[in-house]
Amino acid sequence: MVMLSGVFSLLSAGLFVTMDAVDVAFTEAAVGAGLTTVLYLGALALTGSMEKAITRPPYIAVLVMTAMAAVLLYGTMDMPPFGDADAPIHRHVTPEYITGTQTQIGIPNVVSAVLASYRGFDTLGETGVIFTAGIGVLLLLRRRLSLHTPSKGGDAQ
Amino acid sequence: MKHHIILRIGAKLLIPPIMLFALYVQFHGDYGPGGGFQAGVIFASAFILYGLVFGLAELRRVAPLAVVTKLMAIGWLIYIGVGYGGLILGGKFLDYNVLSDDRIAGQHLGILLVELGVGITVASTMLVIYQCFAAHQSRELSDDEW
Amino acid sequence: MVSDIHFILGHYNYWAAILLMAAGFYIVVARGNLIKKIVGLNLFQVSVFMLYISMGKVTGGTAPILTGRPEIYSNPLPHVLILTAIVVGVATTAIGLALIVRIKEAYGTIEEDEILAIDRALEQQDVHVQ
Repeated sequence: MVMLSGVFSLLSAGLFVTMDAVDVAFTEAAVGAGLTTVLYLGALALTGSMEKAITRPPYIAVLVMTAMAAVLLYGTMDMPPFGDADAPIHRHVTPEYITGTQTQIGIPNVVSAVLASYRGFDTLGETGVIFTAGIGVLLLLRRRLSLHTPSKGGDAQ
Repeated sequence: MKHHIILRIGAKLLIPPIMLFALYVQFHGDYGPGGGFQAGVIFASAFILYGLVFGLAELRRVAPLAVVTKLMAIGWLIYIGVGYGGLILGGKFLDYNVLSDDRIAGQHLGILLVELGVGITVASTMLVIYQCFAAHQSRELSDDEW
Repeated sequence: MVSDIHFILGHYNYWAAILLMAAGFYIVVARGNLIKKIVGLNLFQVSVFMLYISMGKVTGGTAPILTGRPEIYSNPLPHVLILTAIVVGVATTAIGLALIVRIKEAYGTIEEDEILAIDRALEQQDVHVQ
């Protein structure tokens, strides 16, 4: 199952490339097919890899899923067609970003320019999220580290 | 895994190009696909490959947890420092125009430093997470600890 | 009839993304194993990324990297948002898996119904003691 999820991530990265999203495909391939697979394998090694068999069929889950899918499908009826150049999404700030990257910033990769300069504050918060995830994992899985290195200050409850 | 000679030699051949590619992706993120996040993950994956093939003790020797956790914070501090640098030099927070005399050179400098900070944080965080998962041993909990 | 074909060709990307979303949602809700729930969550996230990136694609466009010649570029704004979302997704997965490891140590199992049963048994023990 973990291997299949890695293959799925790689295939979705390929799909992203066909939709002209090269930065996203790069990140998805590196993160999804590489790092997440290692994390799943680590977690499975620590918890055991057998799943319990299902006892009763999940009727309510199928009902809820179909209801949610129906609502979402109804919502897509009014959306602009795939690849339409006149869609509202292409009219709001994107032309300013593309021309601004040529004149004000001067680097070819528009995605990097938007990420680091125009929306730099979001990237600041995102780096904070990654930092918090690292601290969280450290706090959660720290106790057994004392078997290898001397623990600092004892077990924090 | 130490006695698998193909894995060992393959890993030894692959790890330096992976690190070099990570550095390339980091600094060429302005001109092609890439940037801080991708470079950080690829750089960490080189270290994780080393840890998978040669053992956790070797990885601990090369990238000790005390150093890597500090690097995690230093990367984010670089980002915040660039923001405050804009404030100190007279502009707004995270304003890159004032970082240099030429506006465009200032933007280039700001983006370079910011992506560097992001790359350092992402690489060290991935390493920390991997080391925590790999070092965690399971033991039976005794009755008093319930 | 022709407009129906046009409608289907113009919307199949949204429908494919919603199909994946439904699959991921079903896994989160219906499966009891906690690690499988996290895999379903990842599937759900990838489907949302597909939805956004397909909204940003422009027919005849190219990747949003300036080449100096005037060209049509695909919209870079969804790319930026999804880049952030992917990284946040991996952070969530890491914390979720670490929590699962600790749950396994505390309860001895990672099946949701067994964990609920242990919790209820503990509550009843507390009620009896009081």
